Amino acid sequence: MKALLIRDLRLALRSGGGFGLGLAFYLMVVVLTPFAIGPGRAGLTSVAPGILWLAALLAALLTLERLFALDAEDGSLEQLAMAMPLEAAVFAKALAHWLTSGAVLAALGPPLGVLLALPLEGALPLFWALLLGSPALSFIGAFGAALTVAVRRGGLLLSLLVLPLYVPTLIFGAEVARRGAQGLDYQAPLALLAALSLGCVAAMPFAAAAALRAGLR
Amino acid sequence: MHAMGSIWEYANPRKFMGWTGHALPWLWAIGLGLCALGLVWGFFFTGDDFRMGSTVKIIYIHVPAALMAINGYFLMFAAALIWLIRRQPVSALVGRAAAPVGLVMTLIGLVTGAIWGQPMWGTWWAWDPRLTSFLILALFYLGYIALWEAISDQDLAGDLTAMLAIVGSVFAVLSRYAARFWNQGLHQGTSVPVVTGGRTIDDYFFWPLAITMVGFFFLFVALVLVRARTEVRARRLSVLQARQAI
Amino acid sequence: MARGGRRLLSGVSLAVTRGTALSLHGRNGLGKTSLLRVLAGLLDPAEGRLIHDPEKTAYAGHGDAIKASLTVAEMLGFWADLYGAASIEPALLAFDLDAIAGRRGEALSAGQRRRCALARLALVNRPIWLLDEPTAALDQAGQAELCALLSGHLNAGGSALLVTHGAPPIDCPRLDLEAFRATPGEEAGAFAEALE
Repeated sequence: MKALLIRDLRLALRSGGGFGLGLAFYLMVVVLTPFAIGPGRAGLTSVAPGILWLAALLAALLTLERLFALDAEDGSLEQLAMAMPLEAAVFAKALAHWLTSGAVLAALGPPLGVLLALPLEGALPLFWALLLGSPALSFIGAFGAALTVAVRRGGLLLSLLVLPLYVPTLIFGAEVARRGAQGLDYQAPLALLAALSLGCVAAMPFAAAAALRAGLR
Repeated sequence: MHAMGSIWEYANPRKFMGWTGHALPWLWAIGLGLCALGLVWGFFFTGDDFRMGSTVKIIYIHVPAALMAINGYFLMFAAALIWLIRRQPVSALVGRAAAPVGLVMTLIGLVTGAIWGQPMWGTWWAWDPRLTSFLILALFYLGYIALWEAISDQDLAGDLTAMLAIVGSVFAVLSRYAARFWNQGLHQGTSVPVVTGGRTIDDYFFWPLAITMVGFFFLFVALVLVRARTEVRARRLSVLQARQAI
Repeated sequence: MARGGRRLLSGVSLAVTRGTALSLHGRNGLGKTSLLRVLAGLLDPAEGRLIHDPEKTAYAGHGDAIKASLTVAEMLGFWADLYGAASIEPALLAFDLDAIAGRRGEALSAGQRRRCALARLALVNRPIWLLDEPTAALDQAGQAELCALLSGHLNAGGSALLVTHGAPPIDCPRLDLEAFRATPGEEAGAFAEALE
């Protein structure tokens, strides 16, 4: 499992891996927001937590399509299925996806918040929300990617399937960031967000492995 | 299919085509009849609500459609479980057949709700938990239908959509509670709570509503069966074509 | 055994003793690859069962599982880790990959990709090898290396099933699968009743 994790991290970080693309996309969305909303600080402050979350969600979605599709194409997936339980393979790959998307975006979110006039006391809650919420994005996304392995150019379909599943994560995550930015108590939504992530990390590898198995048949 | 008279026998494609062929005219007649009765009664023989005026009458379409939208998802969920556990071929097709019907019911619920909400709340749309849940329900239906369309291998499509329906159900429930956490809403409480048996609306409006609800249920079943029969025929056709291709 | 709802082969019964190989033959579309995938545990048979444990098999299919941005040594190292092999030395030796060990997947020719994929077999410590067209894209030297690797495996008590179109890379008995072709009308599936 560790071997697969290291391989996937290597693949993501090398050219064509999409790691840099995701981060650049995150930066772009944040930079474009003031052009759409207007430069007024009050307006930006009110949308900052939501935009920072939505952009992170879309950036994570960007690299999901290749999670299993490339391995299925070149025969690696068959080899993995023969070498290890698919549940473990899904876990390792989703973890690698999180380390190269959600974990980095969490660190990137608070500094980018400056561009959107996010109040300083909102930076820490935003970090925690992204850090604890993004595993759910990667693991739910792994399930969606497993469903669309058999579909050629499944990227669009993947987003149609996965985005509704992201609703609870987005609600709790953005709520933490919003309450934090307003100086309110954010313990409750943060706890719910963490519970959601843990549940997804525990359960989604099984669902995704079942879908992959059906696809190999 | 060893046990005589096992309930699963009715899920055998040939048997399924047989009994649904006999049942469908009855389902259509009962469904259309009850809907007509309930709607005519509701529209022309009940007065206006003292607060809501005549707009209240849209309740006779709104509530049954919303109920069927949710029932459609339950049916998909049940069909998914049966397909994954028992691999009854017809169950996958019933799930596939229920989705578009459920989606249309969801859209009817949303549109009639907007028409009702405008004079009542002064807005076509509000991000109320119930409205939000229904919108998300429509998105789930869309994803399920799109996945069926995207995969050509029918057994694989059945497997994957069934898994999506099950995981989706969990997240649909989660979304519902998350939405409630996120925004306490405008929407009135449920009109006919099934669990408590109590009613928050007057008898006067209740009987026509109950009749249209039963009528919608029969219509829903009839529509799903018609679609499922079409799917069975499509599958038979593809078997025949595969035979030709050898 | 069925593919896409169509019966392909039926009544196949195979036994390969330790230390021997068997070469499977048959025309295109007969179901040779599907048979190997069933034996590898990747595909469920429509009827019947496998007596062996799929965990004991190693499968080399059409896909070479080559990653464009990883070097040959990294890829082999990954599979070695996964299968618990101590080093990638045997794989490098078997197909003379030392010279290209530092080269990335994108820079490999079709033959080199094939060698790299087959070299994986030297890392997998499993007794039954299932090889699908192993000689495709291999040159004379590559075929000789495969032959040496295979005989080493067989001498060590392993066994192998090969699917080939040309001459098998190693001297072994041949089995023509044409005899097991499912007769039309034997279609599986719940909707086959339409055929009556």
